[in-house]
Amino acid sequence: MAEQEQKKQQTPAAKESETEEIVIEAKASEATEKIDELLDEIDSVLEENAEEFVKNYVQKGGE
Amino acid sequence: MALPKVIGTETEFGITVRNQPNFNPAVSSGLVINAYRGDSARVKWSFEEESPGRDVRGFGFESRAPADLEAGIPNVVLTNGARLYVDHAHPEYSTPECLNPLQAALHDKAGEVIMARAGRSAQELVPAGQIVGLYKNNSDGKGNSYGAHENYLLARQLPFDEVIKHLTTFLVTRQVFTGSGKLGAENGRPHTDFQLTQRADFFEEEVGLETTLKRPIINTRDEPHGTPAKYRRLHVIIGDATMSEVQTFLKVGTTALFLAAIEDGALPDFITLQDPVTACWQVSHDLDMRLPLKLADGTTATALELQWQYNEWLTKYAEQLGTEHDHVLAEWASILDDLERDPLSTADRLDWSAKFRLLDAMRERDGLTWSDAKLRALDLQFHDIDPERGIYHRLARRGALRRLFTDEEVDAATRRPPEETRAYFRGECVSRYPGALVAANWDSLVFDTGEGSLKRVPMMEPLRGGKDRVEELLESSPNAAGLLAALGGSDGRAGTEETTDTGRERV
Repeated sequence: MAEQEQKKQQTPAAKESETEEIVIEAKASEATEKIDELLDEIDSVLEENAEEFVKNYVQKGGE
Repeated sequence: MALPKVIGTETEFGITVRNQPNFNPAVSSGLVINAYRGDSARVKWSFEEESPGRDVRGFGFESRAPADLEAGIPNVVLTNGARLYVDHAHPEYSTPECLNPLQAALHDKAGEVIMARAGRSAQELVPAGQIVGLYKNNSDGKGNSYGAHENYLLARQLPFDEVIKHLTTFLVTRQVFTGSGKLGAENGRPHTDFQLTQRADFFEEEVGLETTLKRPIINTRDEPHGTPAKYRRLHVIIGDATMSEVQTFLKVGTTALFLAAIEDGALPDFITLQDPVTACWQVSHDLDMRLPLKLADGTTATALELQWQYNEWLTKYAEQLGTEHDHVLAEWASILDDLERDPLSTADRLDWSAKFRLLDAMRERDGLTWSDAKLRALDLQFHDIDPERGIYHRLARRGALRRLFTDEEVDAATRRPPEETRAYFRGECVSRYPGALVAANWDSLVFDTGEGSLKRVPMMEPLRGGKDRVEELLESSPNAAGLLAALGGSDGRAGTEETTDTGRERV
């Protein structure tokens, strides 16, 4: 598609792309920390008896 | 010029009452709706104007009670013009008629908040130890699906065949950004660990009237809820209920713009899939977004490539329309860009990627298989609308999912109607004359003023009844009798042709 081709032509110069990689790596480790924090929070609220909860979640009828 | 795309959404919520012996979803849904304490009128819902193919009734008052009132089913009309009720085994919320996608996304979120409040009130009514849970999702993971429907105002004169030919491929491919994601496959579709949407597996036909079995990609239900000779209400049943505000905005915004372009004849070509039903679940199962879909002309394209094509056409179309659509076009291009580069980079905007990221991280951390009950519990609890238990709400509060609205804006939308549509008149009548309102429908209100027969006020024009047209009338009517007198004659009987015309004009 036309738009995609345009984007490919806009490939940044090599130097910029190196800097970009470093930024992306930094962002990635930040993201991992954040997701670990999130999982800790989820652990504290997630249904304790998961098996039972999932088994009993049955929805019939509607629309 | 295309009609303004008046938009409304309907959401059926999943319901459980944990630790309740003999749990009955219909009874519990009634409990939730009846427990709602916000400003509202508990009225009957008239289905009189809901029959497709029926001649439009005359305007003005009808001096008799409408037939077919659904007796005994909890039904509440709210001051924001919305409807809160029980649909079979689910509590359901229908937003008021909204003038644009941003307003529709706001009212969709307001509906979720209203339902959560109803749930909290219901919680006080069940014995200790039982827990009322409400879920904004569309599947129980066991082969049962319930709906999240979108409604768009279309011109009757637009041949429906045009809609089918253009819209089918758009609806199938928009799933890359409309899905709220789920673990596993259902309804006999091939195994997958995770897929983009809750609903795709359940679609089995290209076009049809059904909503509960043999679900069609294009639904042909013809209940215009307005003057049938002028309007059609397109009922889109293929979407997922979405927690993310950005995602709801994208879903209704791109679709409304697409429909306007069809009406204006602005799409240069049809893009036809060879097998839309198969493509429907294939797109949903394709997390990498690289699957070539077979087109009717023998070529192939990915869902993203087709969405880019539509984006290009609609960007060009919108240029003639001013800046009105810039917001949705910008969000759309950015989401397609990000899905192409790294699908999970959309986890700050889309339910499916936000949820997938969490499931995958938990799976890795705890060494779980994809079918583990703990992951399935997380898959469900993502959609719990309770702000404490719901995982979406936890993410949104941390800023991990972007919002479009403040809590204050959402709260205001739980009480105030959109000002530009007939929802304003409906909502204001609930606020001002709750005791006199006995029945309501999308296109009429029925009053009992205590004098003589019931009076029905038709509202067959979705774009009339807004603040600019009726505020003065409402301000000068201290009670319902006064309103009716001002609308169509003070003697309480059916008005003449002339006066009812005035009534129609004003409402």
